[in-house]
Amino acid sequence: MNDELRELYQSVILDHSRKPRNFGELHGDGCVHVHGDNPSCGDEIDVFVKFSGDGTVEDIKFSGQGCAISQASASMMTRKIKGKSSDEATQMGSVFRGIVTGQDRQPEAEEELGELTLLEGVQHFPQRVKCAMLAWRALEQAINKKAGTVTTEAAGE
Amino acid sequence: MTIDWTSIRQDFPILQQEIYGHPLIYFDSAATSQKPRNVIEALVGYYERDNANVHRGLHELSGRSTHAYEESRRKVAQYLGAGEEEIIFTRGTTEGINLVAQSWGRANVKAGDVILVTEMEHHSNLVPWQLLAQQTGATLKHIPVTDDAELDLDQVDALLTEQVKLFAFVHVSNSVGTINPAKELIAKAKAVGATTLLDGAQSAGHMPVNVSDLDCDFYAFSGHKMCGPTGIGALYARASVLADMPPWQGGGEMIVRVQLDSSVYKDGPARFEAGTPDISGAIVLGEAIDYLEALGREHIFQHDSELTQYALQRMDEVKGLRIFGPRANRGALVAFTLEGAHAHDLTTYANSFGLALRGGHHCTQPLMRKFKVPSTTRASFYFYNTREEIDRMIEILQAAHAFFAP
Repeated sequence: MNDELRELYQSVILDHSRKPRNFGELHGDGCVHVHGDNPSCGDEIDVFVKFSGDGTVEDIKFSGQGCAISQASASMMTRKIKGKSSDEATQMGSVFRGIVTGQDRQPEAEEELGELTLLEGVQHFPQRVKCAMLAWRALEQAINKKAGTVTTEAAGE
Repeated sequence: MTIDWTSIRQDFPILQQEIYGHPLIYFDSAATSQKPRNVIEALVGYYERDNANVHRGLHELSGRSTHAYEESRRKVAQYLGAGEEEIIFTRGTTEGINLVAQSWGRANVKAGDVILVTEMEHHSNLVPWQLLAQQTGATLKHIPVTDDAELDLDQVDALLTEQVKLFAFVHVSNSVGTINPAKELIAKAKAVGATTLLDGAQSAGHMPVNVSDLDCDFYAFSGHKMCGPTGIGALYARASVLADMPPWQGGGEMIVRVQLDSSVYKDGPARFEAGTPDISGAIVLGEAIDYLEALGREHIFQHDSELTQYALQRMDEVKGLRIFGPRANRGALVAFTLEGAHAHDLTTYANSFGLALRGGHHCTQPLMRKFKVPSTTRASFYFYNTREEIDRMIEILQAAHAFFAP
């Protein structure tokens, strides 16, 4: 196994994909549900976000099936985003995109993302960037409070 | 005739390389095949010696390119057991099917008619008919598949009614490998007066195909899946059917006389080849056909079948591996899932060992839904693949299972 593959599938990432955290659904007042899919591989994700009155992410869960990268990214994302304001969550998504694409990185802000930085290895696998971004694209849409469908294809990634 | 299949690998320059320090194992020929040296050299040779636009030119080079272009049409015709006046050059299978839908289809299919397909169609033999159904008010119906991914033949008679105007189906499934009983199905369709189209993308380069024997009205295939270049393919259209088909694209080459308000169109294939065609592609497709004919399609089929049976047998040894499709009577590919390893993770993993697999829905989303999987991984073979490569794949799959699902 080469180093790039070992970095991509390090144990923390595989652990999240096998035992995703915050896996499930949220319904009720203040909850937004967004369905995202990745038409190239058939992966689907449902992200449920419960916002407080000031737009803070009070709770977040996800369900669906996908590859190790999309599952781990979603699982880690839910842990990191819970309790953050909408603006903070949006900013984290932008920092995370830099980490997995290797472009427009924001090193000073990356520390805040904690274990999500372990997905840095994705940048060596450009075809897998959309896997890592699937949950984040859904989150972005949830923040815009526009429940609907997002696809990674439309994002041109 | 005994063929030394291992030495045939020397004809394919691309196979002589390493990926991440491992010999390339190319198991993605159902997506596109690799090209032998004679095909690559013919492409270069055409541009170095003969390049000129075809037809109407009176100079030497135009004469050469026109001759080679039409010679290639003759080769395709012979290859399929058709007449050369029945061969239209296209960009590939997809364009061939769209041509039939928009030319023959719009002239012949009406509201209330039924277009019959199957549940195992590639999107390219499904979406063009959805479009035609929307345009004409016809109804699209499909023959379901069984759990073994074979057509449910018990339902064929009930679905093949006299309302069926067209029956379009895949000869060999790109997604699960099933070889459909084409001749029998075409005979049944004919009995109710339906026109028939066979999607030959996965059969043209892999087995003997004779459209006269099959008795289909249309047969579409792609050159790049049979050692030819991308961007070229052909459509066989039975002469009597072709004769009444209206043009689908207008332009140069397809007309006899043009006035400002109307035109008279050419007959035969030329009516469907508007504009400058893929001249080099067509000529080089002829080279690919020469190469395949020298090997013999019956030998290629036998080699591929034995290799596929060997792969199936060895894949049974891999823990957590589920194979889709029939055990017997299948083309040179195996689609599978591996417990704990998503298709995209598995193909990424395999790639790091130089093994080229394909993971995804293989442009057969309805079939994936039927089997309740988002995607599968596919290993597809051709005559340049070996048992040693299968053995290596088994090792990699076993390691992948241990890695992703310990």
